[in-house]
Amino acid sequence: MGVGPRPCYPTGAMTKPTPPISSDANLLDKVWNAHTVRELPSGQTQLFIGLHLIHEVTSPQAFAMLREMKLPVRFPQRTLATVDHIIPTLSQQRPLADDLAEKMMGAIETNCAEHGIRLLDTASGQQGIVHVIGPELGLTQPGMTIACGDSHTSTHGAFGAMAFGIGTSQVRDVLATQCLALSKPQVRRIDVSGKLRPGVYAKDVILAIIRELGVNGGVGYAYEYGGPAIDAMSIEERLTVCNMSIEGGARCGYANPDETTFEYLRGREFAPRGAAFDRAVGWWKSLASPPGATYDDRVELDGNAIAPSVSWGINPGQNIGIDERLPFPADAPPEERVSLEEAYGYMSLKPGEPIEGTPIQVAFIGSCTNGRISDLREAARVARTGRVAPGVKALVVPGSQAVARQAEAEGLHEVFRAAGFEWRLAGCSMCLAMNPDKLVDREICASSSNRNFKGRQGSPTGRTLLMSPAMVAAAAIEGRVVDVRGVL
Amino acid sequence: MTAIDRIEGRACVLRGNDIDTDRIIPARYLRAITFDGLGEHAFEDDRIQAKGDHPFDDERFAGASLLIVGANFGCGSSREHAPQALMRSGFRAFIGESFAEIFAGNCTALGLPYAMLDADDLAALMDAVVLDPEQPVLLDLEARTVSSRAGTVAAKIPDGVRRQLLEGSWNATRVLLDAGEAIEATSARIPYLNDFPG
Ligand code: SF4
Repeated sequence: MGVGPRPCYPTGAMTKPTPPISSDANLLDKVWNAHTVRELPSGQTQLFIGLHLIHEVTSPQAFAMLREMKLPVRFPQRTLATVDHIIPTLSQQRPLADDLAEKMMGAIETNCAEHGIRLLDTASGQQGIVHVIGPELGLTQPGMTIACGDSHTSTHGAFGAMAFGIGTSQVRDVLATQCLALSKPQVRRIDVSGKLRPGVYAKDVILAIIRELGVNGGVGYAYEYGGPAIDAMSIEERLTVCNMSIEGGARCGYANPDETTFEYLRGREFAPRGAAFDRAVGWWKSLASPPGATYDDRVELDGNAIAPSVSWGINPGQNIGIDERLPFPADAPPEERVSLEEAYGYMSLKPGEPIEGTPIQVAFIGSCTNGRISDLREAARVARTGRVAPGVKALVVPGSQAVARQAEAEGLHEVFRAAGFEWRLAGCSMCLAMNPDKLVDREICASSSNRNFKGRQGSPTGRTLLMSPAMVAAAAIEGRVVDVRGVL
Repeated sequence: MTAIDRIEGRACVLRGNDIDTDRIIPARYLRAITFDGLGEHAFEDDRIQAKGDHPFDDERFAGASLLIVGANFGCGSSREHAPQALMRSGFRAFIGESFAEIFAGNCTALGLPYAMLDADDLAALMDAVVLDPEQPVLLDLEARTVSSRAGTVAAKIPDGVRRQLLEGSWNATRVLLDAGEAIEATSARIPYLNDFPG
């Protein structure tokens, strides 16, 4: 662990050149510098935000505060809106059946119209979970600062962007000033060496990282993911890894931009075109952390050793490999024992038992973690091998309208339907309990989402087992948790 | 804006680590376009399951203005609804072992100080308050201390946060607006906002 030289910034300057930066600066150093407006008296940095994404849940109060302060939106063209959290996935016919949801839809429509903000609603054909549409439209690009009133904004770091989840008062700050007051995080480089074995996915990598470093191990840090296993990943896989940085307590997470990133962006609607694309690639390349970059901390994980992982407890760090047995609290450090006991109490599982074989009643494939086309393809591969077990409710919810269209063009929806899965409309669905998709009572859900908190999926006593989409599909078919490696 | 230098009042003890914002305010109460009325739903599901045996239903803690918590409090979702709900149920400050970053940022934006104690000091404070919930607890930002009948102990408060609260500059919008044209000047030199000049 070595603390590198910290770059310094001029203070309060009205205009100033980009401060010099050392040759061993990491991506975060460079992106931070490029967006620094000034140092604030509090010691924080006033950072320009290049892309602001908003949705219906955390923005209405921000617009209300703006109105109260009689302020306009400073850069309306740098904010983009969509609807995802409350939107039903069975019928999106307006007015929505839920009055409160309809009211929220109305609010974002009015606010966007009033302030000249582009809204990608269900009629646009581009609606979806905010962290799915940003990347797929080419809005998310390397070197950007991105903010959104949603903790999983870290997802966008997959492109080498600095992406922060913020609260509603900060949404107001960005609307009013296109800036945030932030403290610069430290950077922890996480190298994942080796090669993932078949049946092991990006989801298993991030679950393994969180298990290793803990749910608050990342506090104060940005996580930079690298090493052979990350380099070999597609953008969609990197999105899955960066998505759950927040579950590890990190402020944000990112992977360095490379050829995979550039090829993904080429031709996307909001990506630069023609000669500008080539100039962009030049800048993007210059941002990547060089091989000798300085970090505040470094850790390495052996990618060869990662197994399909399943969470068994009430936070994402409480997960184990599918072939392992549930931990004994007595073996854990004393400060963790209380949490483990609480988790066993809530989950009604027993130490020493295998997680494999745990019966499930619900299977959910979707969310900003695993609701992209590659996730659905992997789940469909498994769905082709059988039918959903009797008594299991299985949902497949595409992360966006574009993902849904692509899946339908490939016939995946028919594969799922034939196997007994429900094929739904795009939205956050059962990842959280703000729309009609919810667990009931003590149901156990095999879920490709990111949070297994108590009550997260809508029943105050419902239980969530986090795993990869392929593992969820396998669990749906068997009616219990199984090792997907035996199915594929 | 108001400067905040000390919060004094009775305290409520909420034990446990990794208490996430879904528990502080269940997602169903986010189906709203204002923060009004959130206070009464704070910890609703935990309280139902505790069948009255939850600190928020313990009369001895009624009217408390400081909330004493464990480690990694407020993890999970970025919902400002969480500190809003706690603020609207009467809390003015948080004392704990550690706080999740977005939650802590949201607290600062609302002018709600948070302070971190060493595990032993925190345990002693919790025990003291549970024994005698009538006693006043004082969080002194100027002195960086927490005082109770268990004594006065050092509290960690990040420098920047402490300054914003002491100076009354915790509503960031005004502060950020002070940069004036420097905001446009910055945007004028960011490559992707200017067609990637070669
Ligand atoms: S899918 Fe889940 S985690 Fe992602 S934005 Fe929607 S509710 Fe949040």
